[in-house]
Amino acid sequence: MLSFIGRSVVQKIVTLFFVSIISFLIIHLAPGEPSQVDPLNPKFTPEMVERFRQEFHLDKPLYVQYLYFYRDLFTGRTVSWKDNRSVMVKIWERFLNSLPLFIVGTILTWTLSFPIGIRSAIFRGRVFDRSATFISYLLISIPGFFFAYVLIILVVTYFHVPVIGMETFGMGEASWPSMAMDRVWHLLLPSLLGATGGIAVLSRYVRSQMLEVEGQDFVRTARAKGLPPDDVHYKHALRNALLPFVTMFGLILPGLIGGSVIIESIFSWPGMGRMAYEAILARDYPVILTVNFVSAVLVLIGTFISDVLYLMVDPRIRM
Amino acid sequence: MLKNDILLSVANLKVYFRSPDKLSRAVDGVSYEVRREQTVCIVGESGCGKTVSALSILGLIPQPPGEIAGGRIMFDGEDLLTRSDEELQKIRGNHIAMVFQEPLTSLNPVFKIGDQIGEAIRIHQNLDEKALQERCIQLLKNVGIQSPKERVNAYPHQLSGGQRQRVMIAMALACDPDLVIADEPTTALDVTVQAQILKLFRTLQQERSMSVLYITHDLGVVANVADRVNVMYAGIIVEQGSTRHIFKDAQHPYTQGLLASLPTRSKRGKRLHSIPGTVPDPAYKPRGCPFHPRCSHAIRTCREEYPAMCDFGDGHLSRCPVIYEREIRSV
Repeated sequence: MLSFIGRSVVQKIVTLFFVSIISFLIIHLAPGEPSQVDPLNPKFTPEMVERFRQEFHLDKPLYVQYLYFYRDLFTGRTVSWKDNRSVMVKIWERFLNSLPLFIVGTILTWTLSFPIGIRSAIFRGRVFDRSATFISYLLISIPGFFFAYVLIILVVTYFHVPVIGMETFGMGEASWPSMAMDRVWHLLLPSLLGATGGIAVLSRYVRSQMLEVEGQDFVRTARAKGLPPDDVHYKHALRNALLPFVTMFGLILPGLIGGSVIIESIFSWPGMGRMAYEAILARDYPVILTVNFVSAVLVLIGTFISDVLYLMVDPRIRM
Repeated sequence: MLKNDILLSVANLKVYFRSPDKLSRAVDGVSYEVRREQTVCIVGESGCGKTVSALSILGLIPQPPGEIAGGRIMFDGEDLLTRSDEELQKIRGNHIAMVFQEPLTSLNPVFKIGDQIGEAIRIHQNLDEKALQERCIQLLKNVGIQSPKERVNAYPHQLSGGQRQRVMIAMALACDPDLVIADEPTTALDVTVQAQILKLFRTLQQERSMSVLYITHDLGVVANVADRVNVMYAGIIVEQGSTRHIFKDAQHPYTQGLLASLPTRSKRGKRLHSIPGTVPDPAYKPRGCPFHPRCSHAIRTCREEYPAMCDFGDGHLSRCPVIYEREIRSV
């Protein structure tokens, strides 16, 4: 077990090193220049542009820039080129904004997909399964942004609650409960929309996984023992059907930083996704690369957690 | 007393599988009996309906697409086909237990074998955890597993094929059933292990005075274990009788063909006999006798009339009127 963890950590550090090189190269390969050194901007004199280039080390060869960037990252000195603020602080602020969206969305996805998928598999071909299938494919087919606008129109016209942004503007004077309710209303739609795609896909996946296991010989053995159907489905079949999802569980982690650009843009939600998107438009390299690096770290930690979880739940995998 | 002697009686059982474009008559009117402490074999090629007929005894046919189209299954005086699933649950594993073909896939990979055996006991009997554990160890010992105290905590993948099948048997014996249905329990095992498992079956049966319904395609196994034999072909029983009748005095061309295809010492070096043709698709069975396209004795009536069961006396029945008439004439 310990040797597995040790080996795994070393492997992940090597992976991270390559990720850092490749992402650095890709960002610099992209056409366009940081907005501060754009020679087409009439406000900048050639001298200013030259000064910025020196300031940002853009005049140095790429590998030197690479070293500068990661030196700054590990010593915590990275600053955004746009507003000169610490990148880590910026990310942290946006992260706190995205967190509730992420938590509510994830809880919705995981608590709804499993019951729906499992029930569909057990009652396959019946009304529940057919309607779940229909709705899943409907939700998968409708583009998220379109669905978002439909929901906004419905909620605003029928419930008369504002849903854009994180809170209603000018709520400073309101009482504590109405502030809280306002927050909940603003949170509900974007997290629901963020979850719909996940619910639709994951419940399909759970269903097919469960169906496959239900057809296995050991399920028949369990029935032949005289077990009641609930034990057969929820103990013998489900335990095996859940194994692959343990792997997915670790992979939720990167979602923490990704956020959803589309949903955050529609709802004017000042989250991570939008920050990263805006940073890309402005070629704000430090922000882009830091977000990139942090999500790479999260992916690697996520896969590590998955491996360890798998080790714990599947007796066939032992070191 | 005589009536009670019959533990299981299957009468005219029909099991069909329906798909959108066809109806497969997997089991098409099968009748047989199992007496107490008797071993009855059902023998036939793959796809002849022997497993389906066994699964329907325990109500394990998935419905749909399967359906029991008719017949009666009397077990210990009650008709199992009229029982609800909840009532069948009390019988499954408790009075009738089953041993399956593939011990690797038939055991749940994520539970310890002790838990899987114990589970069968727990649902039918009231035992505390300690007694349960002891019972599991005892059962593993009975089926000949070495160091059962440690093995009880093993997972299926940590055991060999033969050991897994022993675990399956221990699981089947857990509640002292009256009838064990063994569906090709030795097919997936190599020959030496096969012999050990067969021996185990015989000893256990004598010790516990239970009945065994043994399903196999292997005539060697049949000769080894059976008291009575039912030969199945394309969803029907073509011949039934005592093991001696079937092996020494077979009256159906199919049984004769099967026996002729067995390798024996006298046939050493010669080509083995084979029955020409293949088993018909259960959805498109030939009219008349289902065996007639492959039969060397077939006459015109075989193509048109469904063959009747002919009584050769002493409980020996065969579904071949052609041979029956020839025998009568020669007497």
